[in-house]
Amino acid sequence: MNTTVVVILALAAGTYAFRLVGPVLHGRVTVPPRMQELASAGAVVLLVALLATGALTEGGGFAGWARPAGVLVAGLLAWRRAPFVVVVVGAAATTALLRVAGVA
Amino acid sequence: MRSVQRTSGEPGTPDDRGGARAGDRAGARSFGRSPDRSLLRDSSLVWLASGIVGVSFGAVSVAGGLPLWVPVLMSLVVYAGSAQFSAVGVLLAGGGPFAAVATGLLLNTRTAAFSLAVAEILGTGRAARFLGAHLVTDETVAFALAQSDPVRQRRAFWISGLGLFAVWNIGVLAGALAGGALGDTARYGLDAAFPAVLVALVLPALRADARVRRCALLGAALALAITPAVPAGVPVLLALAGLFLHRRPARKEAAV
Repeated sequence: MNTTVVVILALAAGTYAFRLVGPVLHGRVTVPPRMQELASAGAVVLLVALLATGALTEGGGFAGWARPAGVLVAGLLAWRRAPFVVVVVGAAATTALLRVAGVA
Repeated sequence: MRSVQRTSGEPGTPDDRGGARAGDRAGARSFGRSPDRSLLRDSSLVWLASGIVGVSFGAVSVAGGLPLWVPVLMSLVVYAGSAQFSAVGVLLAGGGPFAAVATGLLLNTRTAAFSLAVAEILGTGRAARFLGAHLVTDETVAFALAQSDPVRQRRAFWISGLGLFAVWNIGVLAGALAGGALGDTARYGLDAAFPAVLVALVLPALRADARVRRCALLGAALALAITPAVPAGVPVLLALAGLFLHRRPARKEAAV
């Protein structure tokens, strides 16, 4: 088999195995309420860490000012309970406009 | 999170007027005029953004010299944006197959934690669980957990997940066929759209629960601090250490 196919299949199998952890364990083992609570909280913690690193970093370094500025605008809009569309489009537009203006 | 969110809607705020509000999709949804339509509208925005990223993934892969079937097959069976980009990046840079797989898997480790969080949401049938598992992504988990009741959580997961899978794969195929026509997607500010989606979806949970807020802040700070020093994928996992701040509420123990 071609090396690239092996890479793709290994990555697919491993990723699917990770994704099966929850559905396979569910119903088989009784998860105590405390663990369920931690799983829910953990998901939020992961999502916030993703958004923080996604907003501020790129390839292990600082992502530049345009992207964090856009995400900050999103945060302000979401805080003011703006509609979802406004939050997301506002962020992308802010970042795009800053880049047009020469801010990296 | 679910039980906490149910109480997070502020009574008296006219949140039905403008349809779904990012800040309070938790509140009073069963009385909303058409919750599914707002769900579709919010999801479609994420589909659009993902579709464009998919186009760029297809284009980048083919422009880098990989045959068309590589990005297409990878998107169908791996189905994880950041892991696909990094794996192809390693392949194109001549980093070797082992490094490509290891990097991609490291990035996807978090889906194990996500799958635990949404296990109950997927459904009970064998097909629902095995098919649903493949649709566990950052976006679908965020969408599902942002809903207030179990029925809506399941609907949000499947609607956003099936749409995302379709659009992502169509986008990748289109990009692989079209090549570099779209140019640099950073020009459209799309790199800011994804963190923004997450902001809109997690903010209600953060507002409602001070314990989760503390954990998330500590986790994000740890992830940011460690980012320059470790491989991609590790910082986000390390953020789970923030859960150490998650104390059991005292009143619950008293209630037993």
